[in-house]
Amino acid sequence: MSLENLSNKKYEQLEEFINTFPNDRSSLIEVLHKAQELFGYLPNEVQDFIGEKLHVSTSSVYGVVSFYSYFTTVPRGKNVINICTGTACFVRGAADILGEFERRLKISAGETTADKKYTIETLRCVGACGLAPVVTVNGKVYGHVKTNDVVKILEEYSDTE
Amino acid sequence: MNKINSFQELKKAHENFSQLMELRKSFNEEVNNAEQNKCKREILVCGGTGCQSADSQIIIDKLNQKIKETGLANEVKAHITGCFGFCEKGPIVKIYPDNVFYTQVKPEDAEEIVQKHLLQGKVIDRLLYEEPTSNKKVMKQEEMSFYKKQHRIALRNCGLINPEDIRESIAEEGYLSLGKVITTMSQDEIIKLITDSKLRGRGGGGFPTGTKWSFAKKYESEQKYIICNADEGDPGAFMDRSILEGDPHSVLEAMAIAGYAIGASKGYIYIRAEYPLAIHRLKIAIKQAREYGFLGENILGTEFSFDLSLKYGAGAFVCGEETALIHSIEGYRGEPQNKPPFPAESGLWDKPTIVNNVETLACIPAIINKGPEWFNKIGTETSKGTKVFALAGKVNNVGLVEVPMGTTLREIIYDIGGGVKNGRKFKAVQTGGPSGGCIPASLLDTPIDYESLNSIGSMMGSGGMIVMDEDNCMVDIAKFYLEFSLEESCGKCTPCRIGNTRLFEILERITKGRAEEQDLVNLKELAQIVKDTSLCGLGQTSPNPILSNLKFFEEEFNAHIKDRMCPAGVCKELLMYEITDKCIGCTRCARICPVTCIHGKVKELHVIDQERCIKCGSCYEVCPVEAIIRK
Repeated sequence: MSLENLSNKKYEQLEEFINTFPNDRSSLIEVLHKAQELFGYLPNEVQDFIGEKLHVSTSSVYGVVSFYSYFTTVPRGKNVINICTGTACFVRGAADILGEFERRLKISAGETTADKKYTIETLRCVGACGLAPVVTVNGKVYGHVKTNDVVKILEEYSDTE
Repeated sequence: MNKINSFQELKKAHENFSQLMELRKSFNEEVNNAEQNKCKREILVCGGTGCQSADSQIIIDKLNQKIKETGLANEVKAHITGCFGFCEKGPIVKIYPDNVFYTQVKPEDAEEIVQKHLLQGKVIDRLLYEEPTSNKKVMKQEEMSFYKKQHRIALRNCGLINPEDIRESIAEEGYLSLGKVITTMSQDEIIKLITDSKLRGRGGGGFPTGTKWSFAKKYESEQKYIICNADEGDPGAFMDRSILEGDPHSVLEAMAIAGYAIGASKGYIYIRAEYPLAIHRLKIAIKQAREYGFLGENILGTEFSFDLSLKYGAGAFVCGEETALIHSIEGYRGEPQNKPPFPAESGLWDKPTIVNNVETLACIPAIINKGPEWFNKIGTETSKGTKVFALAGKVNNVGLVEVPMGTTLREIIYDIGGGVKNGRKFKAVQTGGPSGGCIPASLLDTPIDYESLNSIGSMMGSGGMIVMDEDNCMVDIAKFYLEFSLEESCGKCTPCRIGNTRLFEILERITKGRAEEQDLVNLKELAQIVKDTSLCGLGQTSPNPILSNLKFFEEEFNAHIKDRMCPAGVCKELLMYEITDKCIGCTRCARICPVTCIHGKVKELHVIDQERCIKCGSCYEVCPVEAIIRK
């Protein structure tokens, strides 16, 4: 399947999803969630497409996308590393863990490595405070993380293609 | 069809389903011995986010597999339940009717539980909880100091029922309140009952719930809405998530009751997208509630109809503010607006709307079943009932605790929480999250209620309670919370957008040792201005962590500014590393130093060039004889 076909297929899926909701602004955030799930991020073309279907201007769509931290307009890496920086993790040393990931991967939080392999993000509380400090990689949770665990965690994902 | 068509049928269903809970209600005095090994048992495993992250589902699968292999499948079954609250020691496994509470269970323990506990009737000692103060092993949940002072109302079913099975909820009086309200009470009667109970909003503000409902009822409209605020954004607070994961039906039931009270037929649950498990459980619960006829048209054969849907947040803390939340549901940026008009008059799509927090709603069915007088007896003069706190940070027993209002901070941290971790000295406890403040040791005997927490510069908030020890720098903590508020500020009003930025810059200067004394004066003045002039609750409370830390820990700010020192040893730029005479000249520090600023010959005393040192601390960590000190 060519890249273009793949993309068309995603648009079709998105349209199907949109059709299950009222065609107006109240569905916007649900639709954006779905679009990000399908495309991995929300490029301009996708925002245009959604705006047209829901009768909302593209600028309004962008206004909503840029407001909520859950939405991203840049593609993310293959492995998304999330460091919880909620208070419980913070007082148990989350900042050091974040620093260690940034040092090892030579990128800052919110950035993606040049080879598109890793993205570092921070999030506020996954609610697993008993396991603080917490790191998640692609949704998998690592608890009681210490700075010298960082290398081991990265190794687990080093050869995923 | 499971549909229940009348209150009578519901009461009957409640009686029938009660047998599902039989094993969990009749405790054995002693663990069954080997001869009785075929006796019926139930194994409950915590299926909350915390324990699931620690493989609790794998534990259940392994247990059931072993149970099958040993031919006990007819007698014993393992399944999930909601959060027990004792997250520090998770995953939790509880065995009924033996009433044995195992902590920190691992998948590889499943075999031993089946072989030893189920087959031989022997309690596995090493999986029991050990009291940190007495070093004694405790077998029963109700004998553990963590639970002794708790009083569970909002969390009454968490850790008791299977949240994915509506029958167990009905067995525990689920939907009986709804049945009673819609078949025997008028709208005014139910509002009066809630008003009489003196229940106040558990999301932070503490507004009387009954009053809110009566406002929304007063306004005439063909459509009204009930919104459940499950946008739990306060970092370090997870009680709403645990209630939704452990007892979703109590929230659905309360929303339907609220709908009946004000005349609304439609509800929304606004929930964080970061809570996948809670969303999953809610979806199951809504589906089951519709099948049983507790949601939808003509509930329990009455005229009353009510249905609800889920709406997802997208990572914006300000959406916990009710007007911002309403905008978000409408598909707009989650910016707050001026009140009045209050949502009770003009809310979602300009219709009368009430927004209630998850924990508030979870209390309502219990209040109706047991009566407002019962609820009134619990708590203090102004704050009735209980409050759930998420106890976390540097405390031995991290977890969810529900205590009567009026319990003191000391009781929560020391009696329930088991004191400060690793025997360190207590420094402060933070309540109210980014809107609250830090409370010092001298005020630990403050009883918890809305008013007394406000009077000491903190607030109830949604119930985060973070314990800090002597290794936490209070300037750094103030900066942490302010940075949070700054990032989450929606930018609509200037004091919050610009004022918090300037406050952050001042704190940054203080923690980097570049501040002057005038900065402290400016900090106080500007913090007060932001507090007084911001549009919504976020901005009005964002300087609280600074103001309370200044009030109780001003000497720490002064140490940073005047002495260029961080007493807790946290602020990197203010630290100084020195090598003492203990140095054996092993050269390890010199080799690891990233800027090669450590000099010295083999087997001779080494020296750090302070001019070039970047204070990374690598040498401090690598020294084998602790010859390097940090000041």
